Amino acid sequence: MADAQVLLVHAAGLHARPVVTLTKLARTFASRIHIAANQQGPWIDAKSVVKLMNMKTPTNTHLFIRAEGADADAAVAALVTLVSNDFLGGPE
Amino acid sequence: MNAPRVNARLTQPRHFAGQPAAPGMVFGRIVELPVQRTQEAKKPPAPAGANPPDELAQAIAEAAQQLQALMARSAAGDARKILEFQIEFLSDPVLLEPAHAALARDADASTAWLAAIDAQIEEFEASTDDYFRHRTGDLRDMRARVLAILAGVDIGPLQLPAGAILLADDLEPSRFLAAAWRTDHAIALRGSSPTAHVALLARAHRVPMVVGIGNVAVPAQCNAILDGNAGTLLLEPDADQIEAFTRARAQNETAQADNDAAAAQPAFTATGEHVKVLLNVASIDELDWIDPAICDGVGLVRTELLFAHGPPDEETQVQFYQRILRWAGERPVIIRTLDAGGDKPIAGVTINGETNPFLGVRGVRLSLAAPEVFKVQLRALLRASVAGNLRIMVPMITNVEEVQRVRVLIDEAAAELDARGVTYARAPLGIMVEVPAAALALDTFDVDFASIGSNDLLQYTMAAARDNPSVTPLTDPRHPGFAFLLQTLVRLASARALSLSLCGDLAAQPEQVPLLLSAGLRALSMPAAAVGAVKRAIARWPASTGR
Repeated sequence: MADAQVLLVHAAGLHARPVVTLTKLARTFASRIHIAANQQGPWIDAKSVVKLMNMKTPTNTHLFIRAEGADADAAVAALVTLVSNDFLGGPE
Repeated sequence: MNAPRVNARLTQPRHFAGQPAAPGMVFGRIVELPVQRTQEAKKPPAPAGANPPDELAQAIAEAAQQLQALMARSAAGDARKILEFQIEFLSDPVLLEPAHAALARDADASTAWLAAIDAQIEEFEASTDDYFRHRTGDLRDMRARVLAILAGVDIGPLQLPAGAILLADDLEPSRFLAAAWRTDHAIALRGSSPTAHVALLARAHRVPMVVGIGNVAVPAQCNAILDGNAGTLLLEPDADQIEAFTRARAQNETAQADNDAAAAQPAFTATGEHVKVLLNVASIDELDWIDPAICDGVGLVRTELLFAHGPPDEETQVQFYQRILRWAGERPVIIRTLDAGGDKPIAGVTINGETNPFLGVRGVRLSLAAPEVFKVQLRALLRASVAGNLRIMVPMITNVEEVQRVRVLIDEAAAELDARGVTYARAPLGIMVEVPAAALALDTFDVDFASIGSNDLLQYTMAAARDNPSVTPLTDPRHPGFAFLLQTLVRLASARALSLSLCGDLAAQPEQVPLLLSAGLRALSMPAAAVGAVKRAIARWPASTGR
């Protein structure tokens, strides 16, 4: 299992376009990946657009990311990079 | 003969004023958007063997396919992203979880779909965050599309006859994108706003659009003139009005083509002198549609919008400022600190009950009266400035003490950031010149730049309120006194090697360009829509015939 914490800098929060970019990237990994706005959870499936949108996460939230599976380390690293780079350079 | 017509016009309002959402003018015939009566539509009897879960799954797949087809036809990046979001949302099995529960209770496919999508619409409507609340438009769009497929109704692409002015309460982004828009089409919406997704799309696709015209009832086959520049809809125009429209549109079209060509090029006067053309930015969304190459920088960022729901926290402000800086790249970006008061009251910030708010506690006077709110903004500006070429401008400066007090607060803000170990950069400090006394003593200010706020400078110089139509004729900037004031500002600025620009409404009016350039100004800041016309006016100056 791998986990990390990253600050959501995107001005609009975890909003429609960032969510689409994030889920697309998450789905490129085999691992189960979860995101939370609190260390205690609830932990949300990072591959579900609907669930991530329903988090309604505002900007400047610390996101907790954790993954379980063979490529867990790579998955967490990729998602952290995406979020900290303001969702630039994600899969189009 | 004429009397009944005049009477009819008096009793039946035919001229509707809304807000301009996309420029351009069309004379055509009103076409009401067909109401999607999918909810009430009688469904064809289900074919033998069909079962609701399969029906729903197939309808969703069909909806996603329709959206894919639309996406393939849409060139604009943002349009594609709006559609892509809908596709991804529809394709997520989580969306249908409430539908499965309904299906288990023997609901039909439409009822099951409504259980799923309405739960989502409710979820987003309840949000206090505008960004999320605005997504209900996309959800209603998906709701209607899947319902129509289930009911066997083909929403299909919106088919509009030539010269159609589409009238609707609102228009979903995907329905907009599904129509084949022609140059003689236009849109009039009873609701919506100039910042809605559909308005951005209309501007990008160059479909003239007016929004917020209110509850307009229109007889069938009604002729109308839509003016997307003025934001008006005129029903059943008479021959004179049609003739006037034809002339205006011809001029407008030629001008628009020339403006677009001019906007893409840097501005030079007829004698080859470069004039900086800067942008006024009020909304961050509009930047997605503006090519930074049309400007030499941003001459005014209004931060009042950020404060619409009360003072925002430091982090929110940093993100907002940095997004504009990233858009601008190397170009300078002048960000004005909060300019509340006067005609811009802000709940919880401005002071109510002043007998003359324009001469009261507004602009920097208010910021200095509430230094804790002000320092949040200063810290955010210092932090943001590591991301680009940021300049801080303070509005309504009257005397040098105010600038000194602002500098002390900036030092305190920097010290607080040092203490927190946060990276920041010192940004140049400038003033907005609106108070005549400050204008006449510009050379006594120890600042890096100045920008003329012509709206306020003009009304204070003329002693004539800009929001009072009875005295509007007195606010003519060609008054020799005002022209002298502009010349004086240019002279004082150049004596101190201060960079000077002008960022009021005057800079957006091509007919005022000769006045401003004659006074010696060489940097003008305006809304993006005015850039082409103003650059053309710059190129015509000085007129070769002279005066």
